[in-house]
Amino acid sequence: MSAEGFLRVEDVVVGYGQLDILKNLSLSIRKGEFVALLGSSGCGKTTLLRTIAGFNKPKSGSILVNGRDVTQQPPDKRGMALVFQSYALWPHMTVAQNIGYGLKLRGMGRAEIASRVEELQILLGLAGLGQRKPAALSGGQRQRVALGRALAIDPEILLLDEPLSNLDARIRLKVRHDISALQKRLGITAIHVTHDREEAMVMADRIVIMDAGNIAQQGTPEEVFNRPASPFVAAFMGAENVVALNGRAGGGKVRIEPSAINAEADLPLNGRTLVDGAYEARFRAEGAQLLADDGTTRPAGDALDLIGRVEAASYPGGTWRHSVRVGDDVLLVDAPHAFGQGEAVRVRIPAENLFIFNSQGRMPGRPQQGSLNEGGAARVLEASHA
Amino acid sequence: MTTIAASRPAFSLDLWWIPRSIALGLVAFIIFGPLTNLFLWAVTERWYFPHALPLEYGFSYWGRVFSPRGTAMESLTNSILVAFLTVALAMALAVPAGYALARLRLPLRALIMLTFLIPQAFPNLPVYVNIARLFYQFGLNGTVAGVVLVHVTHGLVYAVWIATAAFASIDRELEEAARSIGASPLRTFRDVTLPLAAPGLLASAIFVFLESLDEFTGSYFVGAPDVNTMPLLLYTASAGGNYQIASITAVLLLLPSVGFMLVIERFLKSDVLSKVGH
Repeated sequence: MSAEGFLRVEDVVVGYGQLDILKNLSLSIRKGEFVALLGSSGCGKTTLLRTIAGFNKPKSGSILVNGRDVTQQPPDKRGMALVFQSYALWPHMTVAQNIGYGLKLRGMGRAEIASRVEELQILLGLAGLGQRKPAALSGGQRQRVALGRALAIDPEILLLDEPLSNLDARIRLKVRHDISALQKRLGITAIHVTHDREEAMVMADRIVIMDAGNIAQQGTPEEVFNRPASPFVAAFMGAENVVALNGRAGGGKVRIEPSAINAEADLPLNGRTLVDGAYEARFRAEGAQLLADDGTTRPAGDALDLIGRVEAASYPGGTWRHSVRVGDDVLLVDAPHAFGQGEAVRVRIPAENLFIFNSQGRMPGRPQQGSLNEGGAARVLEASHA
Repeated sequence: MTTIAASRPAFSLDLWWIPRSIALGLVAFIIFGPLTNLFLWAVTERWYFPHALPLEYGFSYWGRVFSPRGTAMESLTNSILVAFLTVALAMALAVPAGYALARLRLPLRALIMLTFLIPQAFPNLPVYVNIARLFYQFGLNGTVAGVVLVHVTHGLVYAVWIATAAFASIDRELEEAARSIGASPLRTFRDVTLPLAAPGLLASAIFVFLESLDEFTGSYFVGAPDVNTMPLLLYTASAGGNYQIASITAVLLLLPSVGFMLVIERFLKSDVLSKVGH
């Protein structure tokens, strides 16, 4: 692990009884960094957050803050603050009492607490609400009180457990922005758990995608979006269209062999490690072009052409979305104008938008990822619900 | 809407009111009949058989009950002292026990709660006879401490059940929120858990208080004749045919019960009630 890791999670195993939720997970976070833990429900992201906060004890492994081992320390001694999904505001205290409680614990004087609470209320747009009880606040206001309560104690690390999931869509967009702006301004290290891909992309410096208690991939939003390391990450990042291809790799290029559904193509490898054989290719609806089928055998430039027929078109706004039948699969492809039902089309995917992986069936070396292979349809569904 | 209402006949002969009012009257009589009788006897000077109502009203018996020489004042003080001590001891046990049970896994919790109920499953009399024999050996018979202990064993089941429900209805994240910003476990309990459980705990305390005030069998075997409580006075008075003294005692027992019931009704919220016994 690098020396600059301010918060370090090392080989942590967390589980209940025989079942391990986190399996030898390691993560290093720099000071001032905003990290999003992204994953579908049950992937262990909340468990990881609660383990960092001290509410779950790891079976093995350790957690270090600034070089100090806090693994055996109770939550109140860790210098972190957790914002709960349910907000967990104390109903018997007013807004000001909720925000000021952490300061009261630290033995701060009454006047000092009042001015600090006032400051936070203004910062969070809660001015004038100090004497209200949480029950008399709207969802967005409660969320900000919960945030204020955590920020009041100047935590070294701010932990956010899906704090936006209970807000309605319009407020969410604003609060999303507010939180990341505040985090940058105060220079707090923050870890944000979410299942919302867009939320993670917009807010975080680094995205950690989790799958079944392991880290599937981590990197900047741009990296994980444009260079997914596995079919799971590609699907989770919205590349829900899947086609099966065959090809040979070599000389910095991968040659896709022609078949009933696709034309021949030579694509640059771009640092991908592929072996000859069956491939699983994924792309996003907006990453492909839709063209009328003109019978060409090779696409122009570095792109892959799929041959299909339009089944239906709808207009979700901006562009037309088509379902195109390619072989046995139905793919979703966007186009600026509508194609008619039954029209023969080519789906052209530029190389940089096409994520190619060796099919797991031919890769005996990676058995733990077998579950990813169980039908593209289920994967597409899961990704679109996440 | 208005035209339809107007076109209806102004009077409709609904004969259903007859059986309804008879049923309601019966219920009212079953509930309030004995109570009325009780209140009448409490203010009666003279009342004998063929007469439906007392012949003479007055408060002379109240004077006798509250006279310094009468046993009633002593019983009243005893009863209230015992009830307060019982509440103190029962709550001192029920608060930690209830909290521990509320935070326990469910199947185990149900089992322990059931264990608390077992003493209630046995007939009272043999149990108390044996307790009395046991207490006699320890010199607890005829002492306030002995009566308090008997009342605590009796009231503890309610205290623990209601306290457990009160604690269980508190979302754990409320406590975790305090822990995460630096509160010790004890501080969290004091500042978050206890205030939120207070209404349920108050109800639990009132239940124990009323149970202690009403308890007869245990008081009879362990307390009498040295420690007289109100129910014991009521028993001796009514057994001796002195209905006035018995009724006045009963009214005195009734007043705190009714008062506290109103308090419980106000404080015991449905989210606590729904968790009783779970």
